[in-house]
Amino acid sequence: MAELLIEGVAKSFGPVVALAEATLAIGDGEFVALLGPSGCGKTTLLRIVAGLEEANCGQVLIGGRDVSALPPRARGLAMVFQNYAVFPHMTVGENVAFGLAMARAPAARIAKQVARAASLMQIETLLGRYPAQLSGGQRQRVAVARALAVEPAVLLMDEPLSNLDALLRLEMRAELKAVLREAGTTTLYVTHDQTEAMGLADRVAVMHEGRIVQIAAPSDVYRRPASVFVGGFVGNPPMNFLRVAAVSGEVRLGALRLSAPMEEGGLLLGIRPEQLAVVETGGFLFRVAVAEPLGTHLLLTGETGGQRMRAVVPPDATVVAGAELLLAFDPAAIRWMDAASGRAIGAA
Amino acid sequence: MRRDRLLAYALIAPSILFLAVIFLIPLGQTIALAFTRHGTFGLANFARMAGDLNFRNAVANTLGLVIVVVPLQLALALGMSMMLRHLKRGRELILWIWSIPLGVSDLAAGLVWLGILTEKGYLNTILYHLGVIHGPVSWLTYETPLALFIGILVAEIWRATAIIFVVLVAGTQLIPAEFEEAASVFGATAWQRFRRVTVPLLRPSIQTALILRTVLAFEAFAVVLAIGGQNFPVLLSQAYLWQDTNQDYGVAAAYAVLIMLITLAATLFYLVALRPRAGEVA
Ligand SMILES: Nc1ncnc2c1ncn2[C@@H]1O[C@H](COP(=O)(O)OP(=O)(O)O)[C@@H](O)[C@H]1O
Ligand SMILES: [Mg+2]
Repeated sequence: MAELLIEGVAKSFGPVVALAEATLAIGDGEFVALLGPSGCGKTTLLRIVAGLEEANCGQVLIGGRDVSALPPRARGLAMVFQNYAVFPHMTVGENVAFGLAMARAPAARIAKQVARAASLMQIETLLGRYPAQLSGGQRQRVAVARALAVEPAVLLMDEPLSNLDALLRLEMRAELKAVLREAGTTTLYVTHDQTEAMGLADRVAVMHEGRIVQIAAPSDVYRRPASVFVGGFVGNPPMNFLRVAAVSGEVRLGALRLSAPMEEGGLLLGIRPEQLAVVETGGFLFRVAVAEPLGTHLLLTGETGGQRMRAVVPPDATVVAGAELLLAFDPAAIRWMDAASGRAIGAA
Repeated sequence: MRRDRLLAYALIAPSILFLAVIFLIPLGQTIALAFTRHGTFGLANFARMAGDLNFRNAVANTLGLVIVVVPLQLALALGMSMMLRHLKRGRELILWIWSIPLGVSDLAAGLVWLGILTEKGYLNTILYHLGVIHGPVSWLTYETPLALFIGILVAEIWRATAIIFVVLVAGTQLIPAEFEEAASVFGATAWQRFRRVTVPLLRPSIQTALILRTVLAFEAFAVVLAIGGQNFPVLLSQAYLWQDTNQDYGVAAAYAVLIMLITLAATLFYLVALRPRAGEVA
């Protein structure tokens, strides 16, 4: 176990800039999720940390030691690959023991560690089988057990759950969280699934176009997104952004008078759909185009003042398409964004 | 469903028929020929074959060639395909150059190497100019069996390593890079990766290449004949001798049957020795 420091790492593949610049510090035993849409450079960053890819510049430090020039095997880490990369010619037991066998650990230690990792991942009964005889979920467990068995300083995971079906993913997510908490391993976890990142991680690093745009606790990323991109990417449904104008330090939205972070000019008002509430008087007018009953809540899609907006209301509300409602929200829930740069105004 | 299966058989039928006509029937005839001498059925042809002066030499030479040349070629081809796998630039060009011997006919290759190794060949000329030898030296006589063997070995390696190589290259291309990457992340050195991951994953290709190459090595003929002539008898050149020079088709057929049995045994050996462990493939 050790802290992981990524400093100013960049990588281009010919003309393609995969990673513009990434700096990230992960504390000892911390679980950080690297979250971003596909193609934003997550895998590239993970592979650079692992030593499978060479960065154009920047450093990777594990436990204070600069490992940038070391081959993967000398970095003291373990990795769970997206397609598991469980060796098909070895039994589950041989797979889990692989890292220790390569390090020429004593047989007794190998047996002990394999048993421990297997019991953590509940694959004790599968140790004699070959990967071809396992389901996708079981292979995934083997891949995690193989990584845990070496007691790595840092554990890297690249979308480990993305090949599982939805129900299994939910199950494995909870299980992974419990197992990794118990193991206390410093973990960098790559995913494009925001619920996975929010549910698992101590902190979430949101990536966009080769850059880390926000690093914060899941609830902070959710409530206080650093940019329009983060607000739109994290959360389902995404944050609403309304183009509004400040006049004399005030923004008017229907009957609402909101104090703006600037005197005059255009800006974006960010508000989460579930922060919106239906009111009898006051508020602003919202015209419902589609109402989707989703069990736990009712998702309304419509427009206000010609701008698209989504609202989440309690499931018992009877709202039909075409209805006109008055909506209001707590001004404290607003996230103001600069209209030009798309970045949050005020503190990060 | 039933109609589909009928269609499948119907589509396969022409190739089976074709094989039967050009392969199975001559095979049957050869076997019949081998077991018949002067109209009587029996092992007389085989007795004649085994009693021949050159028979033991031919067996020893053939086996010796196979046992030395096949492992050497496998090692070389594995090394070549690994080098190619880790090249970033110029892969196609090198693949192409290394595959050139595939396009050269056996006899042409044999004659080229004869030109190099013969008394007044390139090798002697170079050695003479380097001052290593003082006059023409004969390498390819029955008095210099080791030099002759090595000469044939070198020619065979040049000519036929590419067969193993292309099979292995095709095989390595089927192995996702992830396995070797996983191995290196989990602490494997380059050699451990090769031994513990790449070679086992390549096993189906290695098996195919070994079967192909071993069968061809037992049938080595043109190169051996060009370089060694009757100084280096092998099974197939003996068969040719009995057929062409001695006009004794029965003994030639006996040789053919012997070669077939040996190659069948070798194929079976590889199939069993390199089979996957139970459960390894679904
Ligand atoms: N080996 C490579 N060669 C060329 N381009 C690559 C390579 N690997 C990744 N890229 C490019 O770099 C960008 C980031 O890729 P990647 O790190 O795999 O993204 P992510 O894992 O976030 O989906 C993509 O545009 C991708 O096409
Ligand atoms: Mg990826």
